[in-house]
Amino acid sequence: MIHALANLGLGMLHQPIAFLFGFFDRAGDGSATFGWVIGKILLVLLVTHVILILAALMVWAERRVSAWMQGRLGPNRVGPEGLLQPLADLGKFMFKEDVIPGHVHKVMYTIAPLITVIPAMITFAVIPFTGSFETSGATGDTFIQSWQIADLNIGVLYILSVTGLGVYGLTLGGWASNSKYSLLGGVRASAQMISYELSLGLAVVPVVLIVSSLNLGDVIAWQADNGWMAFHQPLAAFIFMIAVYAETNRLPFDMPEAETELVAGYHTEYSSMKFALFFMGEYTAMTVGSALLVTLFLGGWTFFGLEQLGWAMGVLIFSAKVLFFLFAFIWVRWTIPRFRYDQLMWLGWGIFLPLTLVNVLLTAGALAMDQAWIMWILPLVLIASILIAAWIGWKRDEKKFQPLSDAPGVIPAGAATGEEASA
Amino acid sequence: MTAKVKLVKRRRSTFLDRLYFPAIVTGLGITFKRMFKKKETMQFPEERWTVREQYRGMPVLVEDDEGRPKCVACSLCEYVCPPKAIYIVGRELEDGNTVERGPAVFDLNMLRCIYCGLCEEACPEEAIFMSETYMVWGAEREDMIFHKEKLYELGGVRAQGVKKWKDK
Repeated sequence: MIHALANLGLGMLHQPIAFLFGFFDRAGDGSATFGWVIGKILLVLLVTHVILILAALMVWAERRVSAWMQGRLGPNRVGPEGLLQPLADLGKFMFKEDVIPGHVHKVMYTIAPLITVIPAMITFAVIPFTGSFETSGATGDTFIQSWQIADLNIGVLYILSVTGLGVYGLTLGGWASNSKYSLLGGVRASAQMISYELSLGLAVVPVVLIVSSLNLGDVIAWQADNGWMAFHQPLAAFIFMIAVYAETNRLPFDMPEAETELVAGYHTEYSSMKFALFFMGEYTAMTVGSALLVTLFLGGWTFFGLEQLGWAMGVLIFSAKVLFFLFAFIWVRWTIPRFRYDQLMWLGWGIFLPLTLVNVLLTAGALAMDQAWIMWILPLVLIASILIAAWIGWKRDEKKFQPLSDAPGVIPAGAATGEEASA
Repeated sequence: MTAKVKLVKRRRSTFLDRLYFPAIVTGLGITFKRMFKKKETMQFPEERWTVREQYRGMPVLVEDDEGRPKCVACSLCEYVCPPKAIYIVGRELEDGNTVERGPAVFDLNMLRCIYCGLCEEACPEEAIFMSETYMVWGAEREDMIFHKEKLYELGGVRAQGVKKWKDK
C-alpha cells in the first residue's frame, strides 16, 4: 500500500530530487565538493528562516489559542485570520525607539539578547528533520540516513552544551539592566536553568546508554527499529519534557519573567528590537526543545513506516510532531498556574534529580545484565517505583498534617461572632 | 448576629490528588474543550450592541409630535448638571407661539458629560432625554460640543399624551 502510494505520488519526484541530492552530496570518497558546500549554505538559510518564521507564527498562535481557551477570538484583523499580525508587530518593533537607559552596562546590555537567540538557533544544526532513501552518494546507501545541517557524532553533547549557553543571555541581561526586577529575574533564570539542566542531561543519559551513540541520526535509526524511546524510557521522556518547559522559561516555570511579581523580569528595561530578540529567543528555544523531545523520545521523522514514502514525508512527520508539542507549550501555559519559587526548586532538586539518577542506574544495570526481558519490563518498573514513592510520601503526609477544621485550637469559621473576632 | 453558616468538612487529599497529574490532565481537558466553545467576543464595527430601552446614553433634545421643540430654556438642567456640561442662553419666542421661551443656544459638551441622567430628571418639560447613542466621537474638542440643531436632530420626535401648552 505504502509502496504503491510512493510509486504513484512522491515517486514522480524521486528522480529529479535524487539528482539534486546527488549534486549537493559529498564526493565518492567523502570529501567536500562545491555542490555540497552550496547545498549546506542553502540548507542553513532555509532552516534559519523556517525557525524565525515559526517563532513569529508562534506569537500569533499563542495569542489566538489563549484567546480561544478564554472564550475570546484573539487577533484576527491583520491578514486572513490575523496571520499577518506578526508582520505588523515586527513593524512596530522596528520603528520603536531603541531606548538604552543611562544606568545600564552598555556592552552587556546590547549583547545579552543576542546571547539568548543565537544558542537557541544553532542548536537546530544537529537536529535531523528528515531521512533519505537510497541516494547515489557514497554515504546514502542505507535506509536511515538523517538529513541535518551538521551530522555530528556528538550531537547530544553539542545540544546539551549549547542550550546551556542560553542562560547567559538572561542572566547577563538581568544584571546589565541594573534594576532590581531585572536582576531578580536574571538570578532566578540562572538558578532555575542550572537546576533543570541537570535533570535534562540525566534524562538523556539512558537514551544514550541504550542507543550507545551520541549521534542523533543513530538515535532515530534505533527508534525506527525498536519502537519509540518514550515507550522504553517513559520516565526519562516525561522528565525531559518538564525540564524543557523549565529550560525555556515557559509557564508553569516562568519564574524569570513572572510578570505578576517582577514586572517583566530580566527584560524589564528592554524595548524595541532588543526586546523582540528576547521574545524570539524564547520561542526559538521552544521550537528546539520540541524538536529535541521528538528526536530523542518520539522517533524523530519516523512514524511506523510512514516515512518510507520519501523524504518529504519525513519532513511532514517531523513538523507535525514538533507542531503538536509547540501547541502543547501554549496549551499548558494557559492551563497551569505558575509554581512558587521554592516549589520549583524542590521539584528540580528533590524529585527530578533523584528520579533521573535512579533511572540512569536502573537502565545501566538492565543493560549490563544484557537480558532482553529486563529491558521490556524496565518501563513498568520505573512507573511502579514512582507510584510507590508517591504513595509512601502521601501516607507520611497523611499522618503529619491534619485537615484545618479537625486540628485542635482552630475555631470553625461559623463559630466566631463579631465580638470574638475583634478580641 | 446569628449568621447562618454551613460548616464544610475539609476533604482529605487522596492519593490521586497527591500525584497532581490527574488534576493537571483534567485541567488540560477543560481548556481544550473551551477552545471549541462559543466565543464571547463581539466583532465591534460590524456587529453592534443593541441597547435596552432604559439605557442611559448621550442626552438629546426632543420635539413633540406636532414638531414643536419642547425645551423652554428654563436652565434647570444647566443648574443640576454636576460637571457643568450644559450651556443655555434663553430667548423670547415671538412667532405667535403659545410657548414664550426657547433656547437661543443649547450647547452640550460631551467631553464633560458623565451620563448621570440628572438633566432628564430635572426637566419639567420632558424635553431632554438620555438617548440610546453610546458612540460619541469627534476629531477635535470643538466636535465634542454638540449644538442645539444637532441635539434636536439626534433626539427626533417623542410623542406624549399630555399637551401642556396646547390651549394656553
